[in-house]
Amino acid sequence: MAEVTYLEALRQGLWEEMERDPRVFILGEDVGAYGGAFKVTDGFAKQFGEERVIDTPISEAAIVGAAAGAAHMGMRPVAEMQFIDFISCAYDMLTNYVATARYRAGLATPMVVRGPCGGYVRGGPFHSQNPEAAFFHTPGLKIVYPATARDAKGLIKASIRDDDPVIYLEHKWLYRRIKEQLPEGEDLLTPIGEARLAREGKDLSIVTYGATVWKALEAAEQLAKDDGLSVEVLDLRTLLPMDDAAIMRTVEKTNKVLIVHEDTRTGGVAGEIAARINEQAFAWLDGPIMRVTAHDVPLPYAPTLEDFVLPQTEDIVKAARWLAAY
Amino acid sequence: MPSRAAPTTQSPPVPAGLTRDQLLDMYRYLRLTRTLEERLVALYRQSKVIGGLFRSLGQEGESVASAYALDRGRNRDVLSPLIRNLGSMLVMGAQPIQILRQYMAKAESPTRGRELNVHFNDLERGYLGQISHLGDMVPVMAGIALTFKLRGEPRVGLVYIGDGATSTGTFHEGLNFAAVQRVPLVVIVEYNRWAYSTPPEKQFAVKDLAEKAKGYGVPGVTVDGNDVLAVYEATRFAVERARGGHGVHVIEVKTYRRKGHAEHDDQHYVPKDELDWWAKENDPVDRYVKRLLQSEWVEERELQAIDERTKAEIDQATDACVDEPLPPGDSALEGVYANPPALTPHWYRTL
Repeated sequence: MAEVTYLEALRQGLWEEMERDPRVFILGEDVGAYGGAFKVTDGFAKQFGEERVIDTPISEAAIVGAAAGAAHMGMRPVAEMQFIDFISCAYDMLTNYVATARYRAGLATPMVVRGPCGGYVRGGPFHSQNPEAAFFHTPGLKIVYPATARDAKGLIKASIRDDDPVIYLEHKWLYRRIKEQLPEGEDLLTPIGEARLAREGKDLSIVTYGATVWKALEAAEQLAKDDGLSVEVLDLRTLLPMDDAAIMRTVEKTNKVLIVHEDTRTGGVAGEIAARINEQAFAWLDGPIMRVTAHDVPLPYAPTLEDFVLPQTEDIVKAARWLAAY
Repeated sequence: MPSRAAPTTQSPPVPAGLTRDQLLDMYRYLRLTRTLEERLVALYRQSKVIGGLFRSLGQEGESVASAYALDRGRNRDVLSPLIRNLGSMLVMGAQPIQILRQYMAKAESPTRGRELNVHFNDLERGYLGQISHLGDMVPVMAGIALTFKLRGEPRVGLVYIGDGATSTGTFHEGLNFAAVQRVPLVVIVEYNRWAYSTPPEKQFAVKDLAEKAKGYGVPGVTVDGNDVLAVYEATRFAVERARGGHGVHVIEVKTYRRKGHAEHDDQHYVPKDELDWWAKENDPVDRYVKRLLQSEWVEERELQAIDERTKAEIDQATDACVDEPLPPGDSALEGVYANPPALTPHWYRTL
């Protein structure tokens, strides 16, 4: 066992898949000699050669489009978006071309598009985004969003091996903040489509993913200490396809559910989760399904503004307290 | 009418290294394209074609000749056709019955009724159908050509792009990416005068689209797109150059779209005499036939025999599929993902 960061775990997963499968290659901006803006691919070009770690022009549509073409021909490309905010430049390519390829034409497109996302880092409107809702609405894509080092590794490996296109969202606030003991020499895989129970509880459930898993766990700890509340935390890990069964299990267990995400509220993933609970587990509810999310504004830069807009641990504590008392 | 005429490039005195059989074979594909489209018009008028019908009348020459310059067969060169490149797909091995079934949305169509017209593919035979977002196939084909390069395979990609679609961002990104990576890709830019109803002067400010190649550091040439042998020879050169590891090559083919954007479009924006001129004086099939006969490479009766066989082939294909069923509704839930292979119907469908 060795203690590794979320970022190092992701690196390990990529490295191992590059070693295991010669069809895997990486393409993106500054991923080669420079090793990527966050050093995720540091040392890869030296180890695997420039042909398998390709520095590209600043062309997200071409990066994703070329990855799709290579995937059709049997390769397993991993495309890096330098910041996930720039994935919107490839929105057309992902939603119209990549996502529909199998359905409309039987074309296999096994590829991963990954990149750093998320706020709490004073990155401002264009280096802090959470783009999941924009792609969540598109049949044909899969979306994973690890919260732990173990899943950062397990999900990148599973995504590369998946036969469908996967958007892999990695939270930059977690990159070096999260450390975990990971077994060495073990083929660590996290199944796509399976949520993880991050904390067991019986009074109330928090359904969340990404960085807010840690905020929810902090809140649960505080609620246990200060209020004697037993809070369950479900880490979704995969957003598309969503693990409905795990969500309904926790709803049926605690009968109250708070959905937390860092992304903005309107049209966000929480709305879809609430709708599914309403359709599938209405009878089990003892209170309204409530949301804690970012406010519906572009994410501002100043610490005072960013802290106000994004969901904080204290917000989750207050919301959970309100719901527990309902 | 010099302002409307395509530039005249002289065909080579000998037919571009082609054999007599190959010359006749290309004629067969030209005839097949035109006859198949004429059959589709009849089916469209009978409301058997579900969606729109897109003709390539007047552009068959460049489609057939450029595809004919590729290495064809199982897992050889790959092209990506546009809506007016039916001829190129037939050359690569698409069957007329597949096209008929696609247009009529039959269960047995290559896309099982999911996609329209020529939007389908067979990567082993070497064609990758387009999507409607013009320009997108340039990055995708750059990725296919990149794979050939990475694997050291002596294969080439060819992508068609319309004059209007050179205005898209994906055209730029894809071409630049391909040029920087020096992948084996040939780009055929089809100047056919109309992007739906928009004329070139509202689409771009260069005179010849081949000029754009310079901005990407790759060679670009302009060819008379209605001269079958000239297009063949220019493409053959570019393909072999790409195969030799010298990267991207752009060929602008000057041609003319003689029908509306689709069958419903009455072309009121096109001067009538212009259409007449192209039909009478610059039809690619007529020009090719004239060339073949004047040079005494083939005999007229051989062409007539091909015409008859082609018509019989299309008749047979039509009869075989016109009464086939459409796909069952619930097959719509299959194949969004490899895993899960099918989705379940919504709850109210089981009430």
